[in-house]
Amino acid sequence: MNQQELQALRTMIVVHKRWDMIFGLIGILALMIALMTFTALFADMAINGVGRISWEFLTSFPSRRAADAGILSAWVGSVLVMLVTAFAAVPLGVAAGVYLEEYARKNWVTDIIEINVSNLAGVPSIIYGLLALGLFVYTFGLGQSILTAGLTLALLILPVVIVATREAIRSIPQIIREGAYACGATTWQVVSDHIVPYSSAGILTGVIIGMARAIGETAPIITVGALTFIAFLPPAPFTGEPPAGLFDWLFAPFTVMPIQMFNWTSRPEAAFLANAAAAGFILVLMTLAMNGLAIWLRYRLRKNINW
Amino acid sequence: MTEKTMPETQLPLKAEARNLSFFYGNFQALKNVNMPIYDKRVTSLIGPSGCGKSTYLRCFNRMHDLYPGNRYEGAIDFHPDHTDLLSSKVDPIEVRMRISMVFQKPNPFPKSIYENVAYGLRVRGESARSVIDDKVEAALRSAALWGEVKDRLNEQGANLSGGQQQRLCIARSLATDPELMLFDEPTSALDPIATASIEELITELKEKVAILIVTHNMQQAARISDYTAYMYIGEMVEFGETDQVFIKPNKKETEDYITGRFG
Repeated sequence: MNQQELQALRTMIVVHKRWDMIFGLIGILALMIALMTFTALFADMAINGVGRISWEFLTSFPSRRAADAGILSAWVGSVLVMLVTAFAAVPLGVAAGVYLEEYARKNWVTDIIEINVSNLAGVPSIIYGLLALGLFVYTFGLGQSILTAGLTLALLILPVVIVATREAIRSIPQIIREGAYACGATTWQVVSDHIVPYSSAGILTGVIIGMARAIGETAPIITVGALTFIAFLPPAPFTGEPPAGLFDWLFAPFTVMPIQMFNWTSRPEAAFLANAAAAGFILVLMTLAMNGLAIWLRYRLRKNINW
Repeated sequence: MTEKTMPETQLPLKAEARNLSFFYGNFQALKNVNMPIYDKRVTSLIGPSGCGKSTYLRCFNRMHDLYPGNRYEGAIDFHPDHTDLLSSKVDPIEVRMRISMVFQKPNPFPKSIYENVAYGLRVRGESARSVIDDKVEAALRSAALWGEVKDRLNEQGANLSGGQQQRLCIARSLATDPELMLFDEPTSALDPIATASIEELITELKEKVAILIVTHNMQQAARISDYTAYMYIGEMVEFGETDQVFIKPNKKETEDYITGRFG
């Protein structure tokens, strides 16, 4: 290679490397737009609302006077609804995912099911609300209750749980499966001894990310009839109207955080807007805490799993 | 020659493939394979990539049943009870309970060393701690791993080195007292020292159990096996005592492959 050719080669490398840098800049810009938007929103809400956050705010019921109003019934409602959602969505979603991956034959029927599950994740949440109104409230007569809301949100996040389960299962190497089958295991033994334990980190992450979405959902909860003003808590186990049982709270009327916020933002007084900002701040913290939990769980559960 | 063949033919058979054909969908991967497997002997399968040796091995524990569209023809007669391993009336789980397998790449479960070895027993419903303890120790001793792991049975199997992992997998498949052990290129992912220890182990194991091994390494086949089968494009070209196949092959194709003129 003579000097001239070497020079040409070096010029070409410089030109090619310039594209590396240009794309790097575009990437940073795109990232900044996303991050700045979130930070600005969160900071604005924090500035407006943080003055209202106090122990009283967390332990008071809503009130006509903005200064006395709190979010007790809202956060308790959100937590209880999330509990029902988790208990309904996890077994259903995991069972469906395991069935599709480990039991179902791969043919056009499973292809159609797969496409439909993915499509369900894109259905607007208000549609789930209407479905739940017809099915849970009127057909099953579950009322405008925590149970109805929990089941509605469970339906909403079911596709997320199914997809997360399938992704987690697919990441298990085939040779691990074959090793288990070669020991004489049945499909059920392979699933319960290997597939589910090894994919639990991925499944849990999917569940929590789904829940973090569900906790902020407003439309389907309004559709099934959550109230905007609740000045009491659902009955604790064995304390409600006799004959009191363990699960009376499931059938209690309720409100949740986003609805409480919605209610306050539609008031004309500025003081209520501060309340809404404070509630929003706490709602975002709840979501971040759930995502943090997901990351921690994934780290803990994956620590011992390497192929 | 006749002097040597006489006692060998009287060896007890462990299994016998009869007119075995195998299909992946419409593709025929094995064509009318006939071959004996002698008890307490090592039989190796050699041949170029894609010749069907792994496919043949995986017929013995019905691994092909895990995937749709696979079909067997013919029979594998399993001694002494003359069960046809390939019969649709025989449950593949029963077959896998009697015939164990060691894979190409070490595949310990992401569980403790102890639980890896105990898994076959747990699948069989064994729950007595003392029985499992004894069998785990015996299997680890047979796999020449006990000394290295006896103080850390609760550690993850994946923490072991590659060669130790493969011996752990051998212990796992030994713990259930199999009648036949299948090895699918067990040393192809290992370094020469680990390979030597696995080969030594296989030579010791044949005192207890029949062994069928696929290897891409002809020297390995020559070192460890009593019988060798040469396969090419789904057919069994030649089967015989290892010395005879390597020194005086009957078929021209075998000779070409062994001498490196082809393959």
